[in-house]
Amino acid sequence: MLVATALAIVRLRNLFAVAMLSGVFSLLSALLFVVLDAVDVAFTEAAVGAGISTVLVLGTLALTSRVEKPSSHSPALPLFVVFVTGAALIYGTLDMPNFGSADAPAMTHVAPDYLARTPEEIDVPNVVTAILASYRGYDTLGETAVVFTAGIGVLLLMSGLRRRREDGDDDDDDEDTEKDGGVY
Amino acid sequence: MADGTTFEYIVGHANYWLFSVLMMTGLYVVVARGNLVKKIVGLNMFQTSVFMLYISTGKITGGTAPIFPTDMKIDPAVVYSNPLPHVLILTAIVVGIATTALGLALIIRIREEYDTIEEDDILAAEKLMAAEDDKLHGESMGGRA
Repeated sequence: MLVATALAIVRLRNLFAVAMLSGVFSLLSALLFVVLDAVDVAFTEAAVGAGISTVLVLGTLALTSRVEKPSSHSPALPLFVVFVTGAALIYGTLDMPNFGSADAPAMTHVAPDYLARTPEEIDVPNVVTAILASYRGYDTLGETAVVFTAGIGVLLLMSGLRRRREDGDDDDDDEDTEKDGGVY
Repeated sequence: MADGTTFEYIVGHANYWLFSVLMMTGLYVVVARGNLVKKIVGLNMFQTSVFMLYISTGKITGGTAPIFPTDMKIDPAVVYSNPLPHVLILTAIVVGIATTALGLALIIRIREEYDTIEEDDILAAEKLMAAEDDKLHGESMGGRA
């Protein structure tokens, strides 16, 4: 189903449908995360991927255009690049441990340590929370910094938009009203 | 290799292959499509498949989500999946939405400047601008700039 959704995204030219399908894609991947025992990741993906990013894409579509123009280039070169990269990736997975095996390197290194020490040192039932907020708190601080920077960047870009529109060389009035309804 | 182990190998690696296929679909959208919004959606798809790859490495067969009972009486027989990839991916999802938001804001700005969000049209407009620049300043600079 994920693959079918992905292929539909490739084929469709109506960007509105593409935005909706990307929401569907996120929701399906959240389901997959639940099956893979990653419940925290699943609800973050459902909220952020299916919720916020769909809203952001829709907002962009309201400010820009809704239909993609057909591409004038032949798809041969991109397809070639994609197939070569894909083949390299699959070649890389050949040495990977079997899915779900308990003796994979990822399982035997520090993960058991975190699982064993969390009850004594942090005393939080959810190990993911314990690592995220306590053991790896600096990473989360860095993440917050990234989000803050991105927020400032978006605000700068958008505030320039509003100011320029007020100064306004009003050559596209109909679009202006649509934009005003869209964001502010 | 005996038939049983081959089958086990294929089943045990099918998840990686599925995620590779999804990843390449996303890459194709980014490379081949000219529309900038669609490129961002493709990038998101690529990103999500990387997340799935990571999470799938943390899964243990028969394991459960890494959350202890609230009374903290831990049954040693219960196997918990690896929490580390989950933490990494939680961070990555949030950073991903931040970059997506920035990309979309840039698209809005590009649309304002060039009045299009198609890569081909932007390139054509750039060429036109460069040609005009050339006409204005080219001769005084002694030939084509």
